[in-house]
Formats: sequence, structure tokens, C-alpha cells
Amino acid sequence: MTVSVTIKGIKEGLLVIVGDGDWVEASQVLLTKLAEGGEFFQGARLVLQLNSRGLGAADLGKLRDSLGDLKINLWTVLSESSLTENAAKALGLETGLPKPAAAAGALPEIPAIIPVEDGSQAILIQHTLRSGKSVRYPGHVIVVGDVNAGAEVVAGGNIIVWGRVRGTVQAGTEGDTEAVICALDLAPTQLRIGNAIATSPKRRGKPEPEIARVRNGQIVAERWKPNEKL
Amino acid sequence: MSATVITITSGKGGVGKTTTTANLAVALAASGARVICLDTDIGLRNLDVVMGLENRIVYDIVHVVEGTAKIKQAMIRDKRLPHLFLIPAAQTRDKSAVSPSDMVRVCNDLRPDFDFVMLDSPAGIERGFRNALAPSDKVLIITNPEVSAVRDADRIIGLVESEQKGPPSLIINRIKPDMVKRGDMLSIDDVLDVLAIDLIGIVPEDEQILVSSNRGAPVAMDEKSRAGQAFRNIARRLKGEQVPFMDLDKQDGFLARLGKLIRPGG
Repeated sequence: MTVSVTIKGIKEGLLVIVGDGDWVEASQVLLTKLAEGGEFFQGARLVLQLNSRGLGAADLGKLRDSLGDLKINLWTVLSESSLTENAAKALGLETGLPKPAAAAGALPEIPAIIPVEDGSQAILIQHTLRSGKSVRYPGHVIVVGDVNAGAEVVAGGNIIVWGRVRGTVQAGTEGDTEAVICALDLAPTQLRIGNAIATSPKRRGKPEPEIARVRNGQIVAERWKPNEKL
Repeated sequence: MSATVITITSGKGGVGKTTTTANLAVALAASGARVICLDTDIGLRNLDVVMGLENRIVYDIVHVVEGTAKIKQAMIRDKRLPHLFLIPAAQTRDKSAVSPSDMVRVCNDLRPDFDFVMLDSPAGIERGFRNALAPSDKVLIITNPEVSAVRDADRIIGLVESEQKGPPSLIINRIKPDMVKRGDMLSIDDVLDVLAIDLIGIVPEDEQILVSSNRGAPVAMDEKSRAGQAFRNIARRLKGEQVPFMDLDKQDGFLARLGKLIRPGG
């Protein structure tokens, strides 16, 4: 491998830095790396940093389509070459990051949070997950918004939704039967905790905040009550 | 002046993308705007039939992209409306004959000469949809008051949002007020509850649509048609006018009123 391709996670999404060298090889290496990541990268948006490499719209479009096949969205192209920049614009791609610190190679990393409380890893998603969207995370998942039918959330830990759940939610994938799923309106297509599976009963009356958990090997959803220990 | 490129899409097939494209184009052109429609459903073209221009096709969009024809040669002028044009899709090729960047280039070539470029998207979320989305300035999502159509619309909205194409607007097509009243059909509110995007039009079910599609004369030309009226209203909203939504409960226009005149109290 003569072309260096680096992938790292940044605040805006997935940053890919492609070094100098043959483009065909570089794009192959990148696609292989991303494909190896399997579902981990799916749904990610990608920031492509190309330094001074000059690329036409055809090459860039091809990469975009190949990435699309892997369910990865090519979002931004960072380049010092005007050819590449124009090609990216022609494809309707962004050519800069929204924050001022867009200088090549100087993308700020999110500082690690020093937990004051004894906490555990979670991600916060502040928008509605529409059909086809999939969120997978080994820790807890918190969604502020709805999980629509056709969307799925898979978490190693708990799932907390400040909104409606209509899609498929799966908590405690690593076999954690203590995991819970709670939502303001819990009416999923399917709900799984550990190895237990349940579907929602037909709703009667108004939606209420509910907590689903495993009791005696079965999933039960209970109305949320104040002062209850989770 | 530069045109607004409008993509009409839905995810699910058969909800009325092509009908909507043809009718909005006719309504916009009838109001004086310069409009060109592009059928991006390569291999399964329909827009030419619905617009009644099928027998005049010589060149299509693939010829333009491949350079065998100039863009002006592929443009078919509507006989009824001089400001309305169509570039048809190729019937003997498939979606891979055109790429998203080709579409961007074609639309950019058209922008200076038109007010609206209307892209009729194919069903699905694959290449054809990507082609139709790439050059878009404004996305119109068509759905029917039906669970599967709404589900697919939700998926499409997610894809449009992730492409950062700006907030799409929604057209709910083929609504039947009496079925909604009986609780047998999703209501406007049910649909909006799930999709949560801006509503730009409600089109009532109208048998005349089928007749007019077969005849190649979009209902938007028919002053009496309720669906035609709905499409004309959407066209005005696209031009930035504030138009109130139609009262769907009102019974079908002239004949019903005539019936009441003949049989008062009946």
C-alpha cells in the first residue's frame, strides 16, 4: 500500500485524509477499509480531505456513488485544489466545514469528558430518526425526537427516547437483561432486550411515558411513575 | 434570471409523481412561467405519455448526456402552452446511462432560459433517485394517505435531509374526504404527524386524472376539475403566493350544485 488513507471520527462525522499517490488505488483502499467496518460506518457522513490533489467531477461522483452503496454519505470535500473544489461544488457537495477551524489537518477533536458522576458512555441524537435510519452504539442511546417506523436503534445499554417510538428498538445487545427502553410514547414495531422479543399491543387511549424491561424472561412495559427507581 | 430546479419524488411507485409533475408544469406554464420538464425515469418513461407528447420524441436525455444531440434538439415544445417544454427519458437504456453530475450539468445548461426545471423522479432510492436529487433546489415529496406510501416518504425525507437539500415540501395525493371521515383512510393530520414537514398541497381523488393521463391532457388545464384546481393552487404556492387550502368537504362542483337546484331540499 503506497497511498496513505486515514479514517477518524470528528464532531462533524467521519474524516478521511487521503495522501498523495494514485487516486484509483487510494479510493480502492478507502472503500475496502470502510467496507471492512461493516455496519459500523453505515449512515455516517464523510468529510474527505484531499490536500492539493486535483480531482474531476467524474472521479468524485464515482466515489460518492460507491460510498452510497456502502450507505455512507459523502458530505464535504476539503481541498486546496480549485479543480477539486469546483468538482465538489458541481456535485452539490460542501467544500468547507461549518465552524471556523476548517484548516486542513487542524480539525479539533472533542475533548474527552471527565465524568464527575459515575457515568457510562452514551450518545445523544437530537433529531427524529426517519425510516431507513439505523443507529448502533455499544453504550446507551438517547434520542430527543421520534424513532419512526422503519428506523432502528440498537444499543449495548439502555435506550431512552424523548418522543415517540414506532420503529424497532433493541437494548442490551450484549446480553444485558437489566437494560431498559423508555419513551414518552412506546409503540415500537418490535422491541428487544437481551434475547427477549416483544411487539406492541394495540394502543388504547392516550399515549403515556413507559418503561420496558425484562421480568422473568419476558418483556413488560410499565407506565412511568414518579419516584420510581429505574 | 435563473430557474428553480424542482424534484418531484416519493420513494413508492404509483403515488402520482408523473401526474403531479405534468400538472404542476402545465399550471405553471399556463400562468406565464417558462417551464421545462425532465423525465429522469430512464427505461420506464411515462411523462411524455401523460403530457401527450410521445409521438414527437426524436432525441432524449441520454442523447444529450452522451453528446449525440444538443439540448435544444431534445426539447419538445408543448402545442397548447408555448412556454412548456419536455426532455423525455430514454426508453431503451437504464438508469446507469446518466450520472448525478450529468444531471447537474444538464440542469445548469437549462437554468438561464427557464423559470422552473421540473424533474420527475423514478420510484426507489437508487441511482435514478440520486440522479433526480443531485441538481435539485427544491424537493416535493408526493405521498398517498396510505401507511406504506407514508413509510416510503419518511425514508425519502431522511435521504433528502442527509443530502442537505433544504427542507422538502409535501403533497398528499388522492385523498378521499368521505373515507377519512369514516376513519378508513389516514387523515391529513395523521400523515403530517409522522412526516412532520411543510405541507404544500392536498389533491383529492379524481377519476378524471386517469382519463386525462390516457388522453395526454393534464387535468390542470380543466377549469372544472377539483384535482386540477388543487394542482393550480400548488403551482401558485411554488411561485410564492399565499393560497389557502381547498375545502375538501365541499361536494364536487357544478353537477352537485345543479342536482341541488333541480331537486331543492333533495
